[in-house]
Amino acid sequence: MSSTAQSGPNTKHATPAPQTAPLSYEPDLTADVLVVGGGPAATWAAVKAAENGASVVLADKGYCGSSGATAAAGTGVWYVPPHPEDRAAAKASREALGGHLANHHWMDRVLDQTWHNVHELAEVSRYPFPVDAEGRQLRRGLQGPEYMRRMRLRVQRAGVRVLDHSPVLELLVDEDGSVAGAAGYRRQEDRPFRVRSGAVVLATGGCAFLSRALGCNVNTGDGYLMAAEAGAAMSGMEFSNAYAIAPKFTSVTKTAYYRYATFYHADGSVLEGAGSAKGRSVIARTLLSEGTVLCRLDQADEAARRAMRLGQANFFLPFDRLGIDPFTQMFPVTLLAEGTVRGTGGIRITGDDCRTEVPGLYAAGDAATRELICGGFTGGGSHNAAWAMSSGTWAGRGASSFARTLGEYTHHRALTPLGRAGLRPSGTTRGQAGDHRLVVEAVQREVLPYDKNYLREGARLTTALESLNDIWRELRHGLAGGGETTVRARQAAAMAATGRWMYTAALARTETRGMHKRADFPALDDPGQRRRLITGGLDELWTVPESAAPVHTTVAEAAAA
Amino acid sequence: MIEVVSRSRCVGCDLCIRVCPTDVFERDTDGIPVIARQEDCQTCFSCEIYCPVDALYVAPLTGPAPDGSPHREEEHLAATGALGAYRRTVGWGGGRTPGSRYDRNHLFTAGMTGQPGTRPNPLSGPGLPQAESPGPDLASPH
Ligand SMILES: Cc1cc2nc3c(=O)[nH]c(=O)nc-3n(C[C@H](O)[C@H](O)[C@H](O)COP(=O)(O)OP(=O)(O)OC[C@H]3O[C@@H](n4cnc5c(N)ncnc54)[C@H](O)[C@@H]3O)c2cc1C
Ligand code: SF4
Ligand code: SF4
Repeated sequence: MSSTAQSGPNTKHATPAPQTAPLSYEPDLTADVLVVGGGPAATWAAVKAAENGASVVLADKGYCGSSGATAAAGTGVWYVPPHPEDRAAAKASREALGGHLANHHWMDRVLDQTWHNVHELAEVSRYPFPVDAEGRQLRRGLQGPEYMRRMRLRVQRAGVRVLDHSPVLELLVDEDGSVAGAAGYRRQEDRPFRVRSGAVVLATGGCAFLSRALGCNVNTGDGYLMAAEAGAAMSGMEFSNAYAIAPKFTSVTKTAYYRYATFYHADGSVLEGAGSAKGRSVIARTLLSEGTVLCRLDQADEAARRAMRLGQANFFLPFDRLGIDPFTQMFPVTLLAEGTVRGTGGIRITGDDCRTEVPGLYAAGDAATRELICGGFTGGGSHNAAWAMSSGTWAGRGASSFARTLGEYTHHRALTPLGRAGLRPSGTTRGQAGDHRLVVEAVQREVLPYDKNYLREGARLTTALESLNDIWRELRHGLAGGGETTVRARQAAAMAATGRWMYTAALARTETRGMHKRADFPALDDPGQRRRLITGGLDELWTVPESAAPVHTTVAEAAAA
Repeated sequence: MIEVVSRSRCVGCDLCIRVCPTDVFERDTDGIPVIARQEDCQTCFSCEIYCPVDALYVAPLTGPAPDGSPHREEEHLAATGALGAYRRTVGWGGGRTPGSRYDRNHLFTAGMTGQPGTRPNPLSGPGLPQAESPGPDLASPH
């Protein structure tokens, strides 16, 4: 255990100056491992890297403990006892829903690792789990603020140096293209910072396109963009159109209770076929055609209502504060985009230690693809939480082991910064594309509407992708920030990039599978397309089935190795 | 969105400035936080549960509350018990039981894709927890 992350001027290590030396970095740190993010994936990665003997810096855009989807929302966890029948049932449950794209090797590992980590939560972090009548702890759910507060504490006790309000903007690579650190901006101090490291774990969460879904506005796909600039690819980006029910005008996208709901037209007549699970597209269609969908949780009896109050306190916040009794009164609902947060696409993983195609770069949580355990079906409800803690654990260990192999050489490498879009435009700032707000609005017009992203159809996808490509071309040329605005410009660029990978993959998958539903290809599970799609590129986009990907190992090979 | 910082309650501990994930607050010259960038607020309620003196109120709306809205009136929110209500439910603050101890969410996720157990339908009967209260009910500002 160590806290050896040292701050000091760059010259201390007698390294050549970086190619584009900005003013001065404060702090300018060195560490074995840099973890980018502050949610469950990042905190587990930091703890496990530190336990593996590494010096660790964790840099979060927000505050490690309250930032990210889990901290605000809370999660059910895929916590399944190690009994063969239970495990087999757990694995089978999303296999068809996920379009058979999950992988047994990975599901087994995640179930094992999650079992272990949840025990650590109970024993090391003393998480206050509820208990049953016999006094046994019930460990299948985690309340967000409580879980993440305890993870922050554990990170600090492990000697990790935590930088809050420190969004990372770009990766730094050495002469060989290995990732060797990252640079970012300390928002509350108004100055750039840098961390040189042996390896980097990207745990930046998914991308929900600033839709204001609960806790998700920090998740703008930054990690995807940074990974792509270093040469990593994405996987499963077509499974990035999760939409969650929320009371209209609110942020609270807790959806489990809507299975007790009846949905109605504005005139109070029942909306046939609408539901939380299978009937969500009916809600989307009705919102498009009629503008209003009403809801009432009238299928819950007295006992259920009491239990629901105890189950998810934050579910009731908007109702209580708006003076609505959701069990007896109708209220309008909306669908908020949660993109890859409750979708499954993300950075492609190429080994059991959550490495990517780029040496020194690891990915965990929603920043990584979750197809390996839930295919094309949502990772929400249980799998994502299990994946975040498991992949975080492996990435933290993997990154620290990689850093160790570099030895003395680690902090003496010449660094090249990789950030382009929104950071180093190819032309001079001008016009609409120079304003990050306009870029965000333009991207949102293409990725949020239900008729473009949720209810997919080839021609509409093509038009939306063309618009996003135009947005990208312009922002590549003209979008830049300056000070804190740089963070916002990068977020806008990352959202545009994410949208383009999303639609590129969505167009390539000419069938319906998982959450990806094509109106022009409604047939489910075309046997010829039962394979994961890899997508990548920045100015020029590409997508290929995994087996023909332009990379060394396939996931299946990595898993078998 | 965050609507109220009570100047009379605030003790200037800076916690809300530190924990807000989207950096909405700035410190005033007298040490009291001000809502500097309300449009960045993601309505996550985090600042509220961290504030040790119940000085903050986050309206459940994703846009600003209109002028004259009860969601902007401190006295009203204090009188109805809305200030600090969510912190009580989460069970933070001296002498409180963590709200997570009352969590019965597993009853609702049992049997859901990948979760062990069978889906209860309709959800009722002896398996359900007694109506033990996790604290005062959340008050409505109306
Ligand atoms: C309402 C809701 C309910 C959910 N319920 C469940 C559930 O019941 N079960 C389940 O399994 N899953 C659930 N999910 C999904 C689950 O919350 C996520 O999968 C999980 O939070 C992923 O963890 P993470 O650490 O990868 O990302 P997050 O928890 O989102 O954390 C991402 C972190 O990265 C930071 N970050 C982002 N960009 C940068 C940057 N450029 N530099 C530095 N830091 C950065 C953020 O500040 C944040 O701290 C739910 C999601 C939502 C929105
Ligand atoms: S509700 Fe969340 S985003 Fe808004 S001010 Fe409070 S902590 Fe910040
Ligand atoms: S957390 Fe509460 S007491 Fe502390 S500065 Fe903020 S408003 Fe004031």
